[in-house]
Amino acid sequence: MDAVLLSRLQFALTVSYHFLFVPLSVGLGLIVALTQTHAYKTGNAKDEATAHFWVKVFTTTFVVGVATGITMEFSFGTNWADYSRFVGDIFGAPLAAEALLAFFLESSFLGVLLFGRKKVSKKFYTVSAWLVWAGSMLSALWILIANSWMQTPAGFEVEQTATGAKAVLTNFAQAALNPSTIPHYLHTVDALLILGAFVTIAVGAYHLLHGDKQFGRSTLRTGTVVAIVTIILMVPFAHIQAVEVGSENPEKLAAMEAQYEDGPVGMSIVGSVDEQNQQLNALEVPIPGITSWLATGDSSTSFQGLNSFGEDDTPPVTMTYQSYHLMVLAFGGIVLWLIFALVQLSRLKKGREPQRGILKALMWAPLLPYVAIFSGWVVAEVGRQPWIVYHQLRTADAISQSVGVPELLITIVLFIVIYALIAVIFLKILIPMLKKGPVVEEATAGDVKAVTGKAAKAHTDAKTTGVKASVARKATSSGEEE
Amino acid sequence: MTFLQLLWFILICVVITVYFVLDGFDLGVGVMYPFLGKTEEDKAVLRRSIGPVWDANEVWLLTAGGALFAAFPPAYATTFSGFYLAIMLVLFGLIVRAVAVEFRGKAPQYAKLLDALFVVGSFLPALLFGVAVGNVLVGIPMNANGDYTGTFFQLLGLFPLVCGLLGLAQFILQGCSWAAVKTTGALHERAEKMRKNAQIAVLVLFVVASILFLGFENVPMSSDTSALRILFAAVVVLGVLLGFVFDGRKERGDLSTFISSSVICLGLTGLTFASLFPNIVNGKPFSSSLTIVGSAASENALFAMTVITLIGLTLTIIYQVIIYRTFAGKITPKEAQEY
Ligand code: HDD
Ligand code: HEM
Ligand code: HEM
Repeated sequence: MDAVLLSRLQFALTVSYHFLFVPLSVGLGLIVALTQTHAYKTGNAKDEATAHFWVKVFTTTFVVGVATGITMEFSFGTNWADYSRFVGDIFGAPLAAEALLAFFLESSFLGVLLFGRKKVSKKFYTVSAWLVWAGSMLSALWILIANSWMQTPAGFEVEQTATGAKAVLTNFAQAALNPSTIPHYLHTVDALLILGAFVTIAVGAYHLLHGDKQFGRSTLRTGTVVAIVTIILMVPFAHIQAVEVGSENPEKLAAMEAQYEDGPVGMSIVGSVDEQNQQLNALEVPIPGITSWLATGDSSTSFQGLNSFGEDDTPPVTMTYQSYHLMVLAFGGIVLWLIFALVQLSRLKKGREPQRGILKALMWAPLLPYVAIFSGWVVAEVGRQPWIVYHQLRTADAISQSVGVPELLITIVLFIVIYALIAVIFLKILIPMLKKGPVVEEATAGDVKAVTGKAAKAHTDAKTTGVKASVARKATSSGEEE
Repeated sequence: MTFLQLLWFILICVVITVYFVLDGFDLGVGVMYPFLGKTEEDKAVLRRSIGPVWDANEVWLLTAGGALFAAFPPAYATTFSGFYLAIMLVLFGLIVRAVAVEFRGKAPQYAKLLDALFVVGSFLPALLFGVAVGNVLVGIPMNANGDYTGTFFQLLGLFPLVCGLLGLAQFILQGCSWAAVKTTGALHERAEKMRKNAQIAVLVLFVVASILFLGFENVPMSSDTSALRILFAAVVVLGVLLGFVFDGRKERGDLSTFISSSVICLGLTGLTFASLFPNIVNGKPFSSSLTIVGSAASENALFAMTVITLIGLTLTIIYQVIIYRTFAGKITPKEAQEY
């Protein structure tokens, strides 16, 4: 096993794990802000319980995003030292900006969300929820600027130094707003919001089946509303993304459709690539040149096929092709599941019972956007190979030369062990939390702020017995309040 | 050396100082958690004392890392890849402690495990940061590309280890001072007592480290900064003296001992950076050192970073003031139980 492969494996492993949780932060951050605003407006104890429920779910996932994010920040120096030497002039700034302009905002007001519920005014609390979400949207912006620059580098010059070539910044605005930044940002963030909406739908469906019907219904509605908007937006956003790839990264486009010869590009639905014979066996969309048409508005536009590029300059075809088609397929599933949710909502509105089978299917809704997000990233990252910075630096030349195979093996094993442990504890906390649903507190227990000392303690102690009335019928087994 | 290059050398020193002051206290609370927290109630108070702020404190580390990457890419690449296993231990520590702090209240069935992770996860970074600083000071063996050529165990020389212990003692001092600020009663008394011991340890280790460095390591230092070095060494001593002076001023005086301990942090990082100047990472042989001029990013990049930092730092200070004010004051055991 060589160090390049292990470095890539370690990066793929750690970034994918980070990206299991971060999408939830961005997606559910919006749900938290929305439900908290609703609770602020109505002042109703039930709405407050709902908002508090989402805050708890959100903060639980958030911390894992934070913990695993530190790995990513360090990884460029630890595992990709030659990469860092090459790109530092450009790539470092967005990372520093992410910390200064996004993480401080997020982490500060996260403290308020976690511990301020009974300490600060409701208004401040609600504003904090929006600020945390804004922070996560900004953090996504800066990290995607960094990633986009790797896909379509701009605003720089390559300079030769004593120890090798390096990229030197010539124009910050061009580098930050390189050709793929905006498509990447719109497409990715929208994907994360779809995921948040689908998690909400799934929680709603679960509670319609097993728990608090009223909570289930309102949650299903919130999720569906957010889903409609974000899924409709996905159509133009995905389109812009594909157009950008077609014009900026032709090797990637060719691999996405497994197009070996030059010519107009069609579109396949499912298929398999025979790399040896350079053939694609697939079920095609029966419109010739449809991808060409989508990308340029003209079905006869010719794109370069894989054979036009050097053998060493093309990405792995099967992986790129299959991931791309998996993503598009997942989009089909997402639309279908949205229709399921809409049908159930309209039944509920008409006072009819929801269909249990469909509700059960809705409980699995989050898997679809997860599949799309991961396969999408494989298209983006594997399709960029063999370059780590497109046409500038090869992945094989980017690793840390002072880090050897034994060190890499040790750390990969440790990452797997530690991350698995975290996953187990995380699920043991999250699943009961989701099943339990919101817990309504009586108003009197809330105003502890004013009271202090022993007398106050006796006062609340006397009340606690009747205070916590769980609305959830199921899974109230544990008496503990977190 | 251009103005921006010098500015960024100083800014990185400032960010690291703030990091050692702020995350220093929550790492220190973590290290001392089993010794300070005798009862469940004490433990809850201790966790709550860092609960709302530890994450933002840690972002100062991410800022320092990002700023080093952006302003001095070769220094970032050389140190992070050179100290590979040590950095990974720091990282695993930070990961498990983050998760432990946040999950402890939600998963009582794992209380023992999570408490252990919290302590170990705080201890590793608290010890290893100092070891890293010590190595950067005495010089790390590297080749022409800047790649570290030694092994993991070569990082554990006598001087770096003493620096590690000094850092650990300083973090414990920060932690105990903070615990004293946030608590009352028996817990407060324990924190005060340990704070005094930690203060003596810091002083002793500082003297030992200075003797080792000046007497045995023979690292050339620029004569331009000799006055600064004396000044920062005096700041360290001043911090210690203030700590003794403010001692015993009852609970209301706690903040002043926390400040005196933070003054020591400033002295220690200032002294380190003044000793490195005009290098940013010392090499072995000394001629292979990474200099500020040789490893700085382009003027364009430094300028962009300066603009980002002016905006970002202003906003950050505002957020931090809001947060520390919102959660100011001593924590009652009752408050520690509620979310
Ligand atoms: C819910 C998630 C989701 C859904 C439904 C889709 N995508 Fe996607 N896609 C992503 C989530 C995603 C992503 C995870 O967000 C990626 C990875 C990198 C990126 O910027 O976005 C991505 C990447 C990505 C790329 C590669 C970008 C690059 O290499 O720079 C293309 C060409 C598309 N998408 C196109 C589409 C099309 C044509 C879709 C639908 C019909 C589609 N995506 C649905
Ligand atoms: C490899 C690249 C990445 C790096 C270097 C990185 C770095 C980090 C770091 C250091 C943190 C912890 C922040 C804290 O302590 O508060 C973090 C969390 C976060 N990251 Fe990443 N990240 C990467 C990928 C991504 C991507 C692709 C996105 C989004 C599109 C993203 C979005 C976030 C968000 C929103 C958080 C906040 C914590 C959370 O929401 O869970 N990150 N990341
Ligand atoms: C967040 C979702 C992301 C996922 C799931 C992802 C996935 C991957 C995968 C699978 C690889 C390995 C490629 C291969 O095996 O050929 C990779 C490589 C890499 N990606 Fe990403 N990536 C993500 C985001 C990012 C971001 C935001 C950045 C930069 C800021 C980034 C930078 C890199 C780097 C430096 C490599 C290593 C070199 C390489 O093998 O290409 N990734 N990523």
